[in-house]
Amino acid sequence: MELTFFLQQMINGVALGSLYGLIAIGYTMVYGIIRLINFAHGDVMMMGCYFAYFGILMFSMPWWVSFAVAMVLTAVLGITMDKGAYLPVRNAPRISALITAIGVSFLLENVGLVVFGGRPKGFATPAMFSEVYEVAGLMVPALVVWTPLLTLVILSGVLFIIHRTKTGRAMRCISLDMETTRLMGVDVNRIISVTFAVGSAAAAAGGIMWAMRYPEINPLMGIIPGFKAFVAAVLGGIGNITGAMLGGLLLGVAEILLVALMPELAGYRDAVAFGLLILILLFRPTGLMGTKLPD
Amino acid sequence: MDPNANRNALLSVLGTMLVLAMVHLAGSHGTEYQIRILNNIAIFIILAVSYNLINGVTGQFSLAPNAFVALGAYTSSLLTLTPAEKEISFIIEPCIWPLSVITTPFIVSLVAAGLVSALLAFAMGFPVFRTRGDYLAIVTLGFGEVVRVIANNTQSITNGPLGLKGIAEHTTLWWSWGFAIVTIFLVARLIRSSYGMAMKAIKYDEAAAEAVGINTYWHKMLAFTTSGFFQGIGGGLLAHLITTISPTLFTFFLTFNLLIIIVMGGLGSTTGAVLGAFLFTWGGEWLRFVDEPMDLGFTEIPGIPGMRMVIFSCILIFIMIFARHGIMRTREFSWNWLCGKLGIGGRLR
Repeated sequence: MELTFFLQQMINGVALGSLYGLIAIGYTMVYGIIRLINFAHGDVMMMGCYFAYFGILMFSMPWWVSFAVAMVLTAVLGITMDKGAYLPVRNAPRISALITAIGVSFLLENVGLVVFGGRPKGFATPAMFSEVYEVAGLMVPALVVWTPLLTLVILSGVLFIIHRTKTGRAMRCISLDMETTRLMGVDVNRIISVTFAVGSAAAAAGGIMWAMRYPEINPLMGIIPGFKAFVAAVLGGIGNITGAMLGGLLLGVAEILLVALMPELAGYRDAVAFGLLILILLFRPTGLMGTKLPD
Repeated sequence: MDPNANRNALLSVLGTMLVLAMVHLAGSHGTEYQIRILNNIAIFIILAVSYNLINGVTGQFSLAPNAFVALGAYTSSLLTLTPAEKEISFIIEPCIWPLSVITTPFIVSLVAAGLVSALLAFAMGFPVFRTRGDYLAIVTLGFGEVVRVIANNTQSITNGPLGLKGIAEHTTLWWSWGFAIVTIFLVARLIRSSYGMAMKAIKYDEAAAEAVGINTYWHKMLAFTTSGFFQGIGGGLLAHLITTISPTLFTFFLTFNLLIIIVMGGLGSTTGAVLGAFLFTWGGEWLRFVDEPMDLGFTEIPGIPGMRMVIFSCILIFIMIFARHGIMRTREFSWNWLCGKLGIGGRLR
């Protein structure tokens, strides 16, 4: 295999993988703190894309304003979802919470279909991201450079919140013992809402870059990246944010390499993630970073 | 021993005959639309009752019924399609050898569909039951998705995204309701047996069940495989009702519908699953008005296609928040209960 070909695929894989990682942050934060698989996370990402789309198209905002507004709106959506649907079932059996999450996921998808229509919409990629550089014989789209960079910025931001702020300390406390944290006078529900907000904003950023990569969006676009991001989160050890990022990268590279090296299996691309998930849960259920896995 | 056992058995036979008489009446007097709805209800009963066995009774939150329904639908359709029909359908790649020449009667294809699905469930059970709780949910979801991806890509077996067309419309009310009754009867018997007791024990406390000597692994496998068997048969009936199948029919959406049904009826109650299937199918038809334009006399409200699913999603969330136990909780219908209510032959209690 040629080196340039391999490098080219690796670059693509890293770009795709950092998107998975970005979306996985939300999964892993929410799971780490309240042990809920937020089924609707991929759909939250989809809503983020639509917010950005309408920001650019209908309110003719500059793209960066629109993206920032979309992230804020998605964070608000995350909080609404938490307060409206998950807070009432917080003390119910975990399966009830999971079913609620499935319901929220379908609600967002179908509201999307009703409000935005099922027809895919073209996503206007800002000129800055649509350029293609040629470096040493490699074709490098600007987006492929920007995605990992922005991902790194957001990842550091999230890590900063978690490890260096008071809110972050509260999050880590809740993940260890929610009741004790409450007794210590922490407003647990507020902290959980903040978690949803941060995770949703990260998902919106990931979603917008996803939308620029395949420049179109539709109300069901969140399903597959959502599932894959979840796999990335499990791969990295759920509850661990750096792990989620690594899991995302691994998944992205594995997927791209499968298609590049065995093009005849390209149709099975979406099955790779689940294959990996099943293997991980069978042989190393704690994930790569090895945090304890609650059953 | 229940002193009313004889009476109850008699009532069960009478009840079954009553249902069959209604099926006969509906078949000879009902409109095509009504018959279609009744067929749908029966198939949903089969799918929901068997789904409830693993999710509600055994408490293992599987999200893979779409995989078994898909496999059942494909198996039975491939078996009933004639070689000539297959040649017409498979335009991109011809059908592989043994399938391309086999044609079997409907009943054989249904049983085969059940067996193949049960086999898949059995094989899937080995990895799946190493996990628990929401991980089990995600792994089964993954398997469901993998089955769909395989159906999309094995052009020479499933005809890929094109799907299978021109499947004979074998499913009549007799078939669908016949199988529905058999499924309810067998699953209810299984739940009442010692195996069923063990399954319930696993649901309430797996560690305790293990401690009293129940082999939890194999009881989960039994529930999962049985469930897969009936879901395969349901899939076969479904394929021969709608006559055209493709992988898009068997997405997570199908699982979602079944989930609403069993949650609405009450997770763990077979009676609830049956009621849920009725309510969901009938309610779904009734709610069609929200998708269609409404004429209020003075003004017309344009219909909003897709609104029905929004409502169903809200219903699921509301049930979870306000009525987590569904209609039946884990209670079951029994003749003793009915007779007690009616004040007849109250030898019990």
